[in-house]
Amino acid sequence: MTNHLNVVGHPLPKVDAWDKVTGQTRFADDLVLPRTLYCKLLRSPWPHARIRGIDPHQAQALPGVFAVITGHDLPVKYGILPVSQDEEALALEKVRYVGDPVAAVAAADEQTAEEALNLIEVDYEPLPAIMSIEEALKRSDVPIHDYGDNRNVHKQVSLEFGDVDGGFAQADYVREDMFYFEGNTHLPLEQHSSMATFGPDGKLTIWSSTQTPHYLHRALEKTLGIPRAHIRVIATPNGGGFGGKSDPFNHEIIVCKLAIQTGRPVKITLTREEVFYAHRGRHPVLMWIKTGVKNDGRITAMDFKSFLDGGGYGSYGVASTYYTGALQTVTYDVPAYRFRGLRVFTNKPPCGPKRGHGTPQPRFALEVHLDKIAHDLGLDPYAMRRAHIVPDDSMTINQLHVTTNGLGQCLDAVVKASGWAEKRKPESAWRTTHTEQGEAARTLTSERGAGNATARPGAEKQPYSLPSPATRPRGIGLAGSSYISGAGLPIYWNNMPHSGVQIKIDRGGGVAVFCGSTDIGQGSDSVLAYIVAELLGIEPKDIRVITADTDLTPVDLGSYSSRVTLMTGNAAIEAATKLRKILFEVAAEKLRVPPESLSAKNRLITCEDDENRVLPFVEVVQMAEARHGTLGAVGSYTPAITHGKYKGSGVGPTPAYSYSACIAEITCDPETGEYTVDKLTLAHDTGKAINPLLVIGQVEGSAYMGLGEIMMEEQVFRKGLHKIPSMLDYKSPTTLETPEMSTILVETLDPNGPFGAKESGQGPLLPVIPAIANAIYDALGVRIDEVPATPEKILKALELKARHEEPRIGPKRIPDYAFPPPLKVPPLPLKVKEASPLVTR
Amino acid sequence: MLRLPPFAYWSPRSLTEAAQMMAAHGPDAMYVAGGTDLYPNMKRRQFEPKHLIGLRRVPELNEFSAEHGRGFRIGAGLTLTQVASHPLIRQVHPALATAAALVSTPQLRNMGTYGGNLCLDTRCNYYNQSYFWRKSIGFCMKKDGDICLVAPGSSRCWAVSSTDTAPGTIALDASVRLVGPQGERVVPARALYRDDGMEYLAKAPDEILTEVIIPPAKGLRSVYLKLRRRGSFDFPILGVAVALRQDGDGTVRHARVVLGGVQSYPMECDDAEKMLLGQRLTPELIDAVAQAAYKPAKPLDNTDMAHGYRKKMSKIYVERALRTFLTQ
Repeated sequence: MTNHLNVVGHPLPKVDAWDKVTGQTRFADDLVLPRTLYCKLLRSPWPHARIRGIDPHQAQALPGVFAVITGHDLPVKYGILPVSQDEEALALEKVRYVGDPVAAVAAADEQTAEEALNLIEVDYEPLPAIMSIEEALKRSDVPIHDYGDNRNVHKQVSLEFGDVDGGFAQADYVREDMFYFEGNTHLPLEQHSSMATFGPDGKLTIWSSTQTPHYLHRALEKTLGIPRAHIRVIATPNGGGFGGKSDPFNHEIIVCKLAIQTGRPVKITLTREEVFYAHRGRHPVLMWIKTGVKNDGRITAMDFKSFLDGGGYGSYGVASTYYTGALQTVTYDVPAYRFRGLRVFTNKPPCGPKRGHGTPQPRFALEVHLDKIAHDLGLDPYAMRRAHIVPDDSMTINQLHVTTNGLGQCLDAVVKASGWAEKRKPESAWRTTHTEQGEAARTLTSERGAGNATARPGAEKQPYSLPSPATRPRGIGLAGSSYISGAGLPIYWNNMPHSGVQIKIDRGGGVAVFCGSTDIGQGSDSVLAYIVAELLGIEPKDIRVITADTDLTPVDLGSYSSRVTLMTGNAAIEAATKLRKILFEVAAEKLRVPPESLSAKNRLITCEDDENRVLPFVEVVQMAEARHGTLGAVGSYTPAITHGKYKGSGVGPTPAYSYSACIAEITCDPETGEYTVDKLTLAHDTGKAINPLLVIGQVEGSAYMGLGEIMMEEQVFRKGLHKIPSMLDYKSPTTLETPEMSTILVETLDPNGPFGAKESGQGPLLPVIPAIANAIYDALGVRIDEVPATPEKILKALELKARHEEPRIGPKRIPDYAFPPPLKVPPLPLKVKEASPLVTR
Repeated sequence: MLRLPPFAYWSPRSLTEAAQMMAAHGPDAMYVAGGTDLYPNMKRRQFEPKHLIGLRRVPELNEFSAEHGRGFRIGAGLTLTQVASHPLIRQVHPALATAAALVSTPQLRNMGTYGGNLCLDTRCNYYNQSYFWRKSIGFCMKKDGDICLVAPGSSRCWAVSSTDTAPGTIALDASVRLVGPQGERVVPARALYRDDGMEYLAKAPDEILTEVIIPPAKGLRSVYLKLRRRGSFDFPILGVAVALRQDGDGTVRHARVVLGGVQSYPMECDDAEKMLLGQRLTPELIDAVAQAAYKPAKPLDNTDMAHGYRKKMSKIYVERALRTFLTQ
């Protein structure tokens, strides 16, 4: 299969590229049906309050209003995780954050709906607002929910693997650090949008910008009381998701309910401000880490604590909590590991999965912590990491099976490409050389960035760059990381496949591929087309991909946890291989050659031993249909995961771990604390690039998102409200802040991946954040143990340094919380029997 | 999505016609030029005019003239892109061209006008929010309420002057022409502003700012520096315009130091100016002048970035602005 590839591995256009660039793609908000009504939501102005009563009468009486509903119309609770069914589409008794919806209106137009909202009277009894992790733990007298592992503690975890105390006893050096990662949000360009219709036949259809149509399908069945057989969920192309469209949302359930009540199509498109309230983004996490190492940097034991600020509802929070402790072990060998974590409820929009789900925070902590250890021990941060990489086909102490690990190759690649060894030296000429490109990008007040300074024709030297300070130190920092290629387990317990693909071949040679997967811009539709085209020997253009429609397509669990290429890819291989077998048998008979001698490419089925024995694909299709009847096949994929049997072992396992490395080069202005990221050198072990162009796009898009998180992005609150719920004031970097990126793809051909492929959509974000933090230290000798690392913080740290105080900005303590005694999980034998044999590289 | 409230749009073809329309609709009407400031504010219901009188097609506002020895007259309707790219403005008054070039984004500079930027509504992150948000936190005195959220207990509004072009315009000793129903008047640009976040303009709502008159440079050199988080989009959270006229030996004969983004009005630093007069620039003098300029700067916690940081930066930025004259 991997001998010679004609489609896979080639930099082809995306199948939806033409529609996207010509504006033909129909996103949810582009859809209009006759008689459509528009929905608006009345949201709570209080962060925490009891609802004494709601009077919708005046709103109902407003001309143009067709329906007004409240929590009483949708009383069934739901939530993405079976263990956290704590959401109501419209709050019934309590509101838990500013923006929590309490009533909904369907009206002839948005303006009337808006006016109607102002006529709804809600009687609130305000309750104290819990706005921080500390407060949540302290104010056990103010419970936000009546469930959880403790008062205001949604989830607590306490696990121990191997002999942790023994490991610390063996260490030559032990270091402790504390870190804080501020929350931030996905900021997809497309706001959430949904439209629902309810036909006279009693069937419901919803078009929605969702990443998880299957889970929405289930939530609608539960909350509306309509059998799933009568509900059709169509996920429209997402204008970016990044995890922010992975939960079933209140507005989705509400437009369905309103469509049922009014008998007319009902549509909603959230405002940008409302997207900040829907959120489900990066959890703020406070972390403590202690690691014991030998003098050469080999880790002997690690102890990790995380405190997650979950916001008002559960969302994916239980999984997020586990993820903050799961993947520390899959990069560098950790022989003994203890993890304690908890997630609190607070009166903010709920947090959930954002690109990297629960792992960028601990990865930031771990990689900066290791950088400090390397400096303490006088080791090269690269060499220290490189010497202790988790080997291929091994089992970590917390029972995660690493099939292939390309981290070493990634680190080698970025070190070589960036000139790390030379630039790292304190006396390196690089530290004082400022290229013209760096000059243009040096200051945030410049209109040009390094990335496009040369690309912009006619750009002159700007007269208004902030003039230089006397010195402009440069710094270089490195980090590695890992992520999953799909969660090993589904969100709800079941033993059915995670992904299904159905292929139908038309007698004209056209091939239709049906799959429940959802293209959120990452290119999953294209991956399906490439894989089927490869196996059937046709062009991607000959394939129509039909995805994300619960009436038409087999279930795929959704575009989350970086699972789609690996899982739908494997399902597509299974389905296409079945059809190829049928076609080859028919062709072999006709050509009088053995089927094993055939190959499919260029729309031909050819005997490899005799190229004159050849048949056009379409002819073979017709022969096969004549012989077998209608041509179709299905394939499905269920991960064969060997995960541990302890409670909590379900989070972390995956068919294949991806690995990433990043080296960041920055230039600082020590008088203002501002810094410019001059260059990111990135390497990513993607197993096999199904389309290298798309993989590079995912790597660089991830890096850009990570850049925003470390440089400026913050979902912060003041007086109980989101401080900056707008695209102007929530600062996310522009092209001008985006540095030159150099991306190297590493291919390790994972035995579990389709053609060896692993994920690439999330993992490459992770190392960027700590690499830049480490570069700041290299440049200025100050530690910013917080994300984001803003100019304010850097300047403060420099002031501390000037006063000979600890030159560090970061948390100084963690809550004194009594975790339960850890569940002690004994180590497994190193080798895994069930593991499939590795392919030869 | 967030919708504009309904309104009628009028498109006069002359100043006279514009004034008649304004007189006809009274307090329900507002003038609008590029709309890049007003329309977003209308979406958030900071302004709810029933009538908008658009100035885009009034030819008198779109003129530029430069006569030898008489300085420049710049029509208020010129877009920021036009001001930023005008060769004469760039050459003679870089502080102004730079400021215009640093406003928001290329798209908004193509729509936004010089006059509109001079009249930009003051900003505050308790005020530049949706109706829902403002209602939730409790309305502030600048719109719908009677308290100040950034300085509770204050009897005045502390919204921040956030125009990029005003500090440079003031530093150039420019004047503005205001045309209203009572006739027209020319006032110094600095007199256009008031130290009040709400009533921040000394211009009546029915007056139109028609042009900016910049006196001849006569050796005046100027610079504008802007602090913001990103290289585009963002309003200034500090703007520093410095204009100096120096003798051949470097002695300063005329000085203007104007700070934006630190008060409700563009703040002219009189002490700093006095310290410069009759002196030659030295690192020590620059340090002392920056110290004097930074003292009265009073950023509060109502824009991006910490106000303590912005205060510190006003010193650094004044220093660096002055340092450019050392090397010129």
